[in-house]
Amino acid sequence: MSIDRSQVDHAAELARLELSDDERERLRGELGQILQAFEALNTLDTEHIPPTAQVIPLGNVERDDTVADSLPLDAVLENAPRVEDGQIRVPPVLDES
Amino acid sequence: MADALYRLTLHAAAQGLRNGQFSSVELTQSLLDRIESVDGRVGAYLTVTADLALEQAADADARRASGQDGPLLGLPIALKDVLSTAGVQTTCASRILEGFIPPYDATAVTRLKNAGAVTLGKTNMDEFAMGSSNEHSGYKPVRNPWNLDKVPGGSSGGSAAAVAADECLAALGSDTGGSVRQPAALCGCVGLKPTYGRISRFGLIAFASSLDQIGVLTKDVTDAALLLGALAGHDPRDSTSAEEPVPDYAGELNGDIGGLRIGVAPEYFGEGLDPQVGASVRAAINDLLGLGATEREISLPHTEYALPTYYVIAPSEASANLARYNGVKYGLSDPQATDVDEMMARIRGRGFGSEVKRRIMIGTFALSSGYYDAYYVRAQKVRTLIKSDFETAFQDVDVIAAPVVPSPAFDLGAKLDDPVAMYQSDIMTLPASLAGLPCMSIPCGFVDGLPVGLQLIAPPFAESRLLQAARAYERARGDLDAPLKAIDA
Repeated sequence: MSIDRSQVDHAAELARLELSDDERERLRGELGQILQAFEALNTLDTEHIPPTAQVIPLGNVERDDTVADSLPLDAVLENAPRVEDGQIRVPPVLDES
Repeated sequence: MADALYRLTLHAAAQGLRNGQFSSVELTQSLLDRIESVDGRVGAYLTVTADLALEQAADADARRASGQDGPLLGLPIALKDVLSTAGVQTTCASRILEGFIPPYDATAVTRLKNAGAVTLGKTNMDEFAMGSSNEHSGYKPVRNPWNLDKVPGGSSGGSAAAVAADECLAALGSDTGGSVRQPAALCGCVGLKPTYGRISRFGLIAFASSLDQIGVLTKDVTDAALLLGALAGHDPRDSTSAEEPVPDYAGELNGDIGGLRIGVAPEYFGEGLDPQVGASVRAAINDLLGLGATEREISLPHTEYALPTYYVIAPSEASANLARYNGVKYGLSDPQATDVDEMMARIRGRGFGSEVKRRIMIGTFALSSGYYDAYYVRAQKVRTLIKSDFETAFQDVDVIAAPVVPSPAFDLGAKLDDPVAMYQSDIMTLPASLAGLPCMSIPCGFVDGLPVGLQLIAPPFAESRLLQAARAYERARGDLDAPLKAIDA
């Protein structure tokens, strides 16, 4: 299967991944090669086979809604690059205009 | 004896501590000296926590002096850097997490500490556990202690090499598609990946959540049983951890295996298997038959589809799990950024290595609109077929025996530019991972001076049976006629 440059650009945008031109070109080739290897899956008849999302017989896990100890705020914010008033600061998400 | 304390197994060291032959501080110092003298050549550790280890050792000695004991009290163990450790840098071997100091311990780490273990440090790995050679570490490659020109396997390559080079008594690893068994086989140590859900994953940095499981790398089977006993069990902080009772793995270890039915599938002995590796594994199966086990041919017809199935599912889940590394809560930052999307893209472009980028791109593509059914859902359906193959086989057999890796350790750099060839290295470990089954690698011989492993696979939660079979084989095998390790030459 061959992949074109716009498909690489689209996936990189969805993944929020900045890539150089060289990386995009290399990935275009490699993704094509890897997707080619996936074609083997199409040789099986899976129409009536249910998908397996996880392997253990486990349904929804519920617990009582009780307050328990959690980590102190300072400890949780310790690793954040920018902190202000007990909150994490990021560049503007919405345009002001 | 004092000069070779670092070579002991967990159970031998425990005996020595109990008999008062040496202290945990002496044992720990012996390992720290060993790390100091060989790790420059092996590269097994990313972080060595010498002061912390000696403190824990002194504490263990004090506990013992006051009459306490425990299966791991005072025993030095290494932790793969995929496990969160409170106050100790945890990077997953990625530049994007450089400087990250978790505020809490993974449950597996807490359990080791509660059992009195000494933690030596954090072992090197393929970045975010993605790789089969440990060359994808964001910091430095790991070298195989048997031959320093060869890879140790991955992604728990640092843990396997640390055990093989006697830089720890045992280590924790994690296995998503073979990341414990494959490096254990290539480095000649025992690797055990228990059933999916057997060990809590709270604090295990997620790669592919439907597959990830913590495992152990040890010098022998008895040690694997000891360590699993300390780690297994339900954890309310991981809702996927199993409620199944935890048997006394070490106590049940020496059970008789007479009448054990061993399944052998031709799909694991076909094209692509190095004939010498095949012969070594075959000889190991014959050793088991000599103990009164019986052999049955089984069929696992969907084995060849495990590779594409895994390389759709694991990268898809990874692309979602790795979305959290964006420069907001931890890791690399970009103080100059004026736009949030641009900031995230730039940090991720700078912080992730080539294999992680490749998998994020595969996964993002496979999950994207228009491709989701064709790739992700189809792979999940084939996963059902692979799982059913095992369910059918286990109606007739108790364990399955197979090779772990088609060939011994390869040269550093040999597969670095060919991702599909690198992925092929996992072909014999992927099926059991996709089915969530407990499985092990046990050293069974040498080819061209490099270790070869026997793989044993058991039904869900049959770890006791798996360990019994492995231990019986280990006893029958005796000491392997091993060449001198490069690191000891």
